[in-house]
Amino acid sequence: MKKLINSVDGIVDEMLDGMTAAYPQYVKRLEGLNVLVRAKGAAPKVALVSGGGSGHEPSHGGFVGRGMLDGAVAGEVFTSPTPDQVYEAVKAVNGGKGVLLIIKNYTGDVMNFEMAEEMAAEEGIKVEHVIVADDVAVENSTWTTGRRGIAGTVLVHKIAGACAESGAELSEVKRVAEKVIANVRSMGMAVNACTVPAAGKPSFELADDEVEIGIGIHGEPGTHREKISSVNNIADTLLGKIFAEGIYSAGDEVAVLVNGMGGTPLMELLVANKHVKSVVEGKGLKVAKTIVGNYMTSLDMEGFSVTLLKLDDELKGYLNAPADTPAFVQF
Amino acid sequence: MPSGIYECISLIAERIADNKDFLTELDREIGDSDHGINMSRGFTAVMEKLSPDESDIGAVLKKTGMTLLSKVGGASGPLYGTAYMEAGKLTVGKTDITTEDMKSILEAAIAGIQKRGKAVKGEKTMLDSLIPASESFNKKIAEGADMVTGLEAACESAREGVEYTKTIIATKGRASYLGERSIGHQDPGATSALITLEAIRDCMKG
Repeated sequence: MKKLINSVDGIVDEMLDGMTAAYPQYVKRLEGLNVLVRAKGAAPKVALVSGGGSGHEPSHGGFVGRGMLDGAVAGEVFTSPTPDQVYEAVKAVNGGKGVLLIIKNYTGDVMNFEMAEEMAAEEGIKVEHVIVADDVAVENSTWTTGRRGIAGTVLVHKIAGACAESGAELSEVKRVAEKVIANVRSMGMAVNACTVPAAGKPSFELADDEVEIGIGIHGEPGTHREKISSVNNIADTLLGKIFAEGIYSAGDEVAVLVNGMGGTPLMELLVANKHVKSVVEGKGLKVAKTIVGNYMTSLDMEGFSVTLLKLDDELKGYLNAPADTPAFVQF
Repeated sequence: MPSGIYECISLIAERIADNKDFLTELDREIGDSDHGINMSRGFTAVMEKLSPDESDIGAVLKKTGMTLLSKVGGASGPLYGTAYMEAGKLTVGKTDITTEDMKSILEAAIAGIQKRGKAVKGEKTMLDSLIPASESFNKKIAEGADMVTGLEAACESAREGVEYTKTIIATKGRASYLGERSIGHQDPGATSALITLEAIRDCMKG
């Protein structure tokens, strides 16, 4: 394993300090905790807290700032943060109008965030949560933990964040977040697996001519392997599963997110996006907004995911609203 | 109880540390490569919090549970944390336990895990070793067996439970995303539960 680290155990701590060193105008770290909150402190609005394991940078701390999150809780690499950390984040960002937790659908994340919610509720803090489950690679939800939350989560941060910034009440912000969740679908693939620093070797092995389709964002293997083909073919496979959901039809407006897994050159993501746009438009949909880059990564994994979000006027308005965060700036 | 609760938790911590790489490797195959690392980090923190002169079983179990909850993360943190805290509730002020106590401890730990994890037997989780273990223990002591004999039977059933996890599809936790590809692999959580039970058995043997 070759990594630019000082020590395996110190990665998350040093990464968070690196964030505050780089973006003191945006974020500060709660003392002794793996929590980043807005530099200016709690605001008199509904506050949004997200988080999860580390290794997905810029998620989630990179989206703390005006128009998106109020707090982000970082667990160990690919490990859900613990309830006490989430609870401290909730207390720190609560401006009196309540807190919405944005949870990705993983067994550990849901349990830890729900325990934090119970702890905060006992303190009299108004807390609600939404669970993002946008990954269409996981098919049969009766027989699994349910669909995973992956890159579509970033769009939930953006849109719910803009809604909260507008002064909306907690129930309203939750409704908008759930509308995004109902209309967003993603699917990812990997050319090469990632290496969790503490594990020291790749999370799965692929032959030189193989790709893994339907991967998540934690190095967990995907649904199947196939021979590598052109990026257009691979994008067709991912889009095919997304369109099979039946929620996107001709005449709809959509936002497209082509998300890098961390180890893929932007050049390749842009090549993928060219094809994604033409396929989506070929189906009679209008691409109202496109985002391309590394937003929900999986350490050094090489690969990408495609996300489509069906928009209505409300979602489009919030999606295009200003945001000013370390990893997403829009005027 | 030939050794105290501190020695017992120490032995569990030692066995988890010894099996850190093994558990992580099992998790790498069907999960996200961190089970051994997380459990080991949690028990290292537990040992820093406990002092050798503590003998109140309930207090030690509660402290162990709270520490695991705040240091392990993932799914194992809330699940093991809850299990130890539930066991702690039943043993406040006790410095020794009977077979009846052990029966209640195992049942309460399992009930806590089921409530938090919303899982049942047969989903390729730690419950697949813990539930058969608890059932065997109860059967043995109902026949009049002593603590060690009961725990021997519990460990035997837990080991069979771990083997059984190789034959089934995961429907809870991250391994569930693999579908049929999870068959053939033993569940890391069921394995760490077996390691825990074996440490408890060895403690009771003295």
